[in-house]
Amino acid sequence: MTTTSHEATPGVRASRARRGLAPVPFLAPGMIFLIVFMAIPVGLLAFYTFFKRGRFGGLVFEFTLDNWVKLTEPLYLGVIAQSIGMALVVTLLALALGYPMAYAIAGLSPKWRTVALIAVVLPFWTNFLVRTYAWILLLNNAGLVNQALQGLGIIDDPISMLYTPQAIAIGLLYMYLPLMVLPLYASLQQLDPSLREAATNLGANPWRAFRTVTLPLSLPGALTGCVFVFVPAMSNFVIPELIGGGKTIMVGNLVRDQFFEARDWPFGATLALLLTIILVLVIVLQSAVSRRVTEGGRRG
Amino acid sequence: MSYPFRRLALAGAAAGLLALTACSSADAGGGEALDPEADLSEQTLTVSIWADYYPEDLAAQFEEATGVKTTIVNHTTNEDIVAKLTASADSGIDVAFVSGQYAQALGEQGLLAELDKALIPNEKNLYPEALELAYDEGNVYSEPYAWGTTGLCYRPDLTGFAPTSWNDLLAPKPELVGKTTMLSTDRWLAMPALKALGYSVNTTDDAELAEAQAQLIETKPTLLAYDDTTFYSKLVSGEAAMVEAWDGWCNYGIAEDPTIEFVVPDEGADLWVDTMTVLESSQNKEAAMAFLNYILDPEVQTWVAENILYKVPNQAAMEALDPALLESYPTLGITVDELFEQEVIVDLGEDSLKYVDLNSEVLATN
Repeated sequence: MTTTSHEATPGVRASRARRGLAPVPFLAPGMIFLIVFMAIPVGLLAFYTFFKRGRFGGLVFEFTLDNWVKLTEPLYLGVIAQSIGMALVVTLLALALGYPMAYAIAGLSPKWRTVALIAVVLPFWTNFLVRTYAWILLLNNAGLVNQALQGLGIIDDPISMLYTPQAIAIGLLYMYLPLMVLPLYASLQQLDPSLREAATNLGANPWRAFRTVTLPLSLPGALTGCVFVFVPAMSNFVIPELIGGGKTIMVGNLVRDQFFEARDWPFGATLALLLTIILVLVIVLQSAVSRRVTEGGRRG
Repeated sequence: MSYPFRRLALAGAAAGLLALTACSSADAGGGEALDPEADLSEQTLTVSIWADYYPEDLAAQFEEATGVKTTIVNHTTNEDIVAKLTASADSGIDVAFVSGQYAQALGEQGLLAELDKALIPNEKNLYPEALELAYDEGNVYSEPYAWGTTGLCYRPDLTGFAPTSWNDLLAPKPELVGKTTMLSTDRWLAMPALKALGYSVNTTDDAELAEAQAQLIETKPTLLAYDDTTFYSKLVSGEAAMVEAWDGWCNYGIAEDPTIEFVVPDEGADLWVDTMTVLESSQNKEAAMAFLNYILDPEVQTWVAENILYKVPNQAAMEALDPALLESYPTLGITVDELFEQEVIVDLGEDSLKYVDLNSEVLATN
């Protein structure tokens, strides 16, 4: 007892080593799956970007940097910038709508909380395309919204709502709002109510208690929600095509069109790789900010 | 880490090269003789065709007639099926339906089998003109299945006038802004602009294409949408007043709203043909030829004209059509002579990429 420290005991060392290897059987299947179906395809994508296109798709094995040069044309930079802008707008709108919603749900009684959460995810029970087509029926010039407004005498001529960038934003917001609400709800619901009570007891008014206690502690959840919305919103191509009428295209459409219409695999791969890089950067940024916020919270 | 990646890259390269060599080596196999006495019941057939473009029980019908076990799969666009056919040496598809210019391109790449006319006696039912189509003269690689043209499909009650020019679509009157759609697929995006400017639908002249592209970009903000598949329902619902449409698809609108009309603008349009081809890689060529022959039977093609509402190049089938149908669907009554005033779309080889780039750039302009 006095001569040996715990670290020196062989048995303990062995068990440590075992503990070091212990996660392997648990990690391996998932990791192998991800490597085979994620890392390798991304590697192939990177490989494709340096070759010329074949006439019917595929590659011609002549090295070229043309695909990366083409990316810098204002036409394509414009589409990328437009997509980032659209995804940002949708993310901010989702945060503005989703935060109060998640906050309110977290404050409900357990029974109503369940009902509210089911209501949030209910749209996912219906097919994505069906929901998108429903928006077309609602928003078109002869659609329900215009009919209602005309019937109420609010407008004389139908307002063109469908096939506009605004309609794309509405469609994306509708599609991804639940992805904002759920992580926000999870982080708000975990908050220890005694923290807020302590703030109130120490004289903070409800707004101040929210601002200094609840809001900072829910930031990681909000950031997760933002990434969950931003990432799919930026790469969606179905909504711009159906609700946007194919007139406003986003980078997802561009990628799809390169493979299926233009049969330009190398340029499609270049666009897809760029999209992947942007989205990975967003996620890295999110986790860095989130870690900082959490650690900052602990120090305080 | 770099090792497996490099190996993979090589594997990818090898697969690509395989596909390429498959294309070129196939040329050599073109002349193999088919056995007219082959036992078809020992062969199986996989046919790829556009969805909703054939009798639902076609596979069962053909199987009953010939004993060939037949599977029908669907593709959505020419691009889609060409991608499948060129992705590997053997796509597993025996018969592919593609538009004429694609049959030409695939034929030139050596991917299609030369048709054995001894096994396709029903070719005699075709109009003589249907054997002289520019993309495949003499029907070496393809037999036509349906044909037609492209024009303006419109609601006279919404337009208030009868359009006569592609410019009615490209530079619409103020009251039609936001009430028109255009096709955005393949060669049909550029076609109206090329025709309005007096150029060929097969032009490869850079200046002419640039002019057409500028016109299309100018037209873009006046459109309700680009629509290749549901334009006729936009007319029926009243969202659109006038759409660029294939004549056969305009009929789907007319079926729901008989006031809808179709016109080929004065500047002319294209003559497109959807064709049937047999893959060189097919192991069941006798059955494949028998399938083409079966389709060219007047009864089957009458069914196509009556139910799909597309004109068929089959004289016997067209003559058997119910006159009442021609009255309801005037596009079915477009004569062969009228059709041949239009320009046949042909494949342009490497220059096809100019059209691909034009489409990409017009569609990417926000």
